[in-house]
Formats: sequence, C-alpha cells, structure tokens
Amino acid sequence: MMKGSIIPLFVAIPLAGAFLTSFIGKKIEKLPDGLGLFTSFILFVLSLSAVRLYNIHGILTYSVGGWRPPVGIGMVLDGLTAFMLVTVNFVAFCIVIYSINYMKKFTSKWKFYTLFFLMLAGMNGVIITGDIFNLFVFLEIASVASYALVAFGTERHELEAAFKYAVMGTVGSLFILLGIAFLYGYTSTLNMADMGNILATNGINNIVLMVSVLFLMGFGLKAALVPFHAWLPDAHPSAPAPISAMLSGVLIKSLGIYAICRIFYNVIGINPVMSSMLMFLGTLSMVIGGLLALRQWDLKRLLAYSSISQVGYIILGIGLGTPLGILGGLFHLFNHSVFKSLLFLNSGAIEYSTGTRDLREMGGLAQRMPVTSTTGFVGAMSIAGIPPFSGFWSKLIIIIAAVQAGRYGYAFLAVLVTILTLAMYMKVIKYAFLGNLQEKWNKVKEIPFFMKLSMGILAFVCLVVGLVAGMAFLTGMDQTFIHRASETLLEGTRYAGIVLKEIK
Amino acid sequence: MIIYLLCLVLFCCGIYCILRKRNIIKIIVGIIISEYAVNLFFILTAYRVGGRAPIFSSEAEILNMVDPLPHALVLTSIVIGLATTALLVAIAMRIYEKYGTFDITKIRELKG
Repeated sequence: MMKGSIIPLFVAIPLAGAFLTSFIGKKIEKLPDGLGLFTSFILFVLSLSAVRLYNIHGILTYSVGGWRPPVGIGMVLDGLTAFMLVTVNFVAFCIVIYSINYMKKFTSKWKFYTLFFLMLAGMNGVIITGDIFNLFVFLEIASVASYALVAFGTERHELEAAFKYAVMGTVGSLFILLGIAFLYGYTSTLNMADMGNILATNGINNIVLMVSVLFLMGFGLKAALVPFHAWLPDAHPSAPAPISAMLSGVLIKSLGIYAICRIFYNVIGINPVMSSMLMFLGTLSMVIGGLLALRQWDLKRLLAYSSISQVGYIILGIGLGTPLGILGGLFHLFNHSVFKSLLFLNSGAIEYSTGTRDLREMGGLAQRMPVTSTTGFVGAMSIAGIPPFSGFWSKLIIIIAAVQAGRYGYAFLAVLVTILTLAMYMKVIKYAFLGNLQEKWNKVKEIPFFMKLSMGILAFVCLVVGLVAGMAFLTGMDQTFIHRASETLLEGTRYAGIVLKEIK
Repeated sequence: MIIYLLCLVLFCCGIYCILRKRNIIKIIVGIIISEYAVNLFFILTAYRVGGRAPIFSSEAEILNMVDPLPHALVLTSIVIGLATTALLVAIAMRIYEKYGTFDITKIRELKG
C-alpha cells in the first residue's frame, strides 16, 4: 500500500500547479514561469522514479480514498503506464522550458500555464487510472483544456479551429460514454481489471463487438485515425507552437493510442477481427496522411498531416499483435513524441523570428538561425527514417514485424510511406533552411536562450535514442523499458489477474 | 423496450442536428440533446421494474432496488457536459464578434 503512494502524485501535482498559478500567478509576473518549470521538473523526476519502482517491485496499485477496488477507484502502475508517464512528462518539461520565452508575446501567461497543467493532469490521469469511468473523466479534463488552448490566440482562425475541434471531440466523448454504459450494463463493474476478467470468461458476443466499435470511433477520433481525422489539421496548427507540440506530441497518444491499447488488449482482449481493423485503419491513415502532407505549403499544416501519417505507423505496429510489432509501435510512439514536438517547436521558432509559416516565403534561414536549422535537420532526418537517428529503428522494427506476420502488403505500404515522408521533409529543409537568403530576412535574429535549450535537449534525445537503439538492434534486444511496456500488452487479459492479485 | 427506442430516437435527433444544421448555436443544442440521450440511456440501464431507492434501513429488508451507481456517474457526466457547453458557447460568442455571423457556411477560412 505504501509503495504505491507515488501514483496519485501524477495527478495531484499538476492540479496543484494549475490551482496555484491561477491563484497567485496573476499578481506576480515572473511566478508562472518558475512555478511551471518547478512543477514539470518534479513530474519528470517522479516519472523516472516510477520506472525504477516498477523495475524493483513489479506492478503497484493505489486505492483512492482507501476504498478497495473493484468497489473503489484503483490506480495502477505497470510497464505500459511507466513508459507513457516518462514520455508525457519528459515532453511536457521540454515544452515548459520553451514556453518561458515563446509565450511572452501573449498577454496572460498565467492562463496559459493553468490550462497547460490542467491538460497535463488529465493526460497523466488517463494513463494511471485503473477504472474505466475515471478514464473518461480524465479524458474530458484533458480534452476541455485542449479545446480552450487551441482557441488561446482568440483570432479568427483559432476560434474556427477550436469550435470544430470541440464539436468533434465532444461527439467522440459521447461515443466513449455510450460504450462505457453498455459495458457497465453487461459486466456490472467499472474496474478495468475486473471487467477484463468477466469479459474473458463470457467470451465474444454482439455486445462486446458493438462496444468495440463505439470505442474505436471514440478513441480513434481522439487519436485522429483517418476517417475521423478532419479536426487535426485545423486544430494543431492554430494553437500556439508549444501547444501544437503538446497536442501532436503527446495528447493524441495518451488520449487516443494509449486508451486503444489498454482497452483492446487488457480489457476486451484482442481478437483477429479487431486486429485486422486496427491494421487497416493504421495503414489508411499512414497513406492518406502522407499524401495530404506532401502538398501543404503551410509548415505547421504539413507537420499536422504528417502526425496523422505517423500515428498510422504506431497503430499498424500495435495492431499486428506480435511481440515485435507491439515493441515497434510503442518505440515509434516514444520517438514520434520527441521528434514531432521538436519539429513543432522549430516551426514556432521560425514563426517567432520571421512571423511567417509559409514555406515559399522562407529560404536560407540556416545562415541566420543556426540552432533552429540544426535541430530542425535532426528532427526531419529522424522522422524521415535516416539511419543513425531514432525514427529509422522504430520504422524498421515495424516493417520487419509486418513481414514476419506475413502482411507483405502492409509492409510494402509502410516502406512506400517512408519515402513519402522523406520527400515531404526534404521539401521542408530545402525551402526553409537551404537556398539563398531572401532580402527581407537579413535582419532575422536567432531565438532566445530557453527556446534553444529546449530544442537542443529534444534533438539530443533523438540522436542518443537512435544510437542506443542501433546498438541494441545489432547486439540483440535486451530488457529495455519499452520491452516491459510491450510485455504488459502481450499479457492481454491476464493483466486482470495480476492487478487484482496485487490489490488483495 | 419502447423506452430504449425513444432514447435512440433522441440520440439520433441530436446527431442529425450536429451534422445538418448550419447555425452554430443549433449545433451546440444538438450536442446537448445527444448528451442528454446518452445520460438517459445510462440511467435506464440502472432501472429495475418495481425497484425502490437503495436506502439502507434496519426495519425493511431491501429486495428489489435500483442500481445507484449510474446515478452518481451520470451526475459527473452532466457536470462535464456543463463545462463543455459553457466553453462552446463562449467560443461561439467570440466567433460572432469576429465573423459577424453564426452561419458555418460563411465561417470557412480553414480547409479541413
């Protein structure tokens, strides 16, 4: 019981941060920055220690308010949770560093930090909770905060995008709630472990299939899979750059992909029908997102479409259901969080210095902004899958897994989309950084220190993860913490037994 | 059975309103309607024919009671719905300030 007391801190700390910022941040000007940096740093350190605790003790649980699950609300720390917590809190920490300088141009910084930490509390809550209705509540906290953050600039485009996003997000949440109502009516429990137990003994029937479809629609909308992706290319570019990085980097993953993994693997239990559906949707988003991204001239829109395409890779890997496929999917999830937030921060840096997002107006910025262009180059090479960088290894693992599973068509499309990705990022590098410097950018200055620092950390992680993964790949896979995360999914519905044993 | 069908009809009304209406206020109303339909469905799963309120007392033994848990859950979901609606209305007001119209066919500067 005492061992698990670290778990609720992941929700409590950002909530406290949000409350304090809204309460006293208005009066003291420098306080929101300091408080934000402090809070997100603590969260990052805590998430690392959660990984260590998991490695020592195995699965940890916490009962909210002392009510034992399955009656009360339980929180669970297992391999997948620890992995997701590190990803989310690391990216959030880098983004807070970046916001110190970037958000100066907006008037009310404290409102930004309040909403930011509410969103972070929601995401951490979705990840650690072991109760399906609790998951819905945290999901709504994160979503509502993100609707408000997309509209943060309150200009024409921001408002339009936020309205579209809010309407589609709310409809998605309704489907999720309807699915939860069906599941509760069928199993008469809300605890995910208990629910998994009951569903495993009853087997697959029409209600379970109906619920699967409802969840696929709801969470697929949050993850921006292709038939439900229409909100993403508007919402992500309209938000301020740190929020675009947060939305594309971690929000669609913790709300969408994590929830899909958890529910389809550990609660309902994966079956061939669901598996092929996930693979089909993943490949569809991969191809369509890639094709749409190629013809964009707005830098941030291009990045947003490429997010759809990369989410397709992750879902393809996870949908394969083989150990290697899940490992590749989760590894790509981590990599994509890092390099996509890096690229969005880069686009923010360019907008900060030059005031434009149109690729045709840029050119030769490498001469004036060396740090931005170097980190941008690392991010672009990483997402395009050039060998020493991290993106190459995760894509390679997914493609090998697809071939091993006998899905040659999907593997071929995955290779093809890699080439598309390379083409679109070549376009970004060529138009933004290389070429002749235009007259009007002669006076462009490099960005302030904290923005450089944050982008430097992310680029460094891209490179180091790539090198470490390369070494691990060549010498054989060992016990990395991504490995642990994929094991959690492979346990499938036996997860229930493990968690329930831990509670008693 | 008929009550579940009516609930479905209500839900479909809301979805139709979201998909087909051009006025953003009507879209918000559609969201509220379909939200209420889902909440109603959740409450209906708790209902037992002839059931009574689940209040513990030493005199009477409770044989057939209504499941109290969905009521608590629906209460939470109503509060969430309130937050979402308030935010949507606030955005709609700002949109009217900027664009001077509630018609979504005229508010199309982004191409999704």
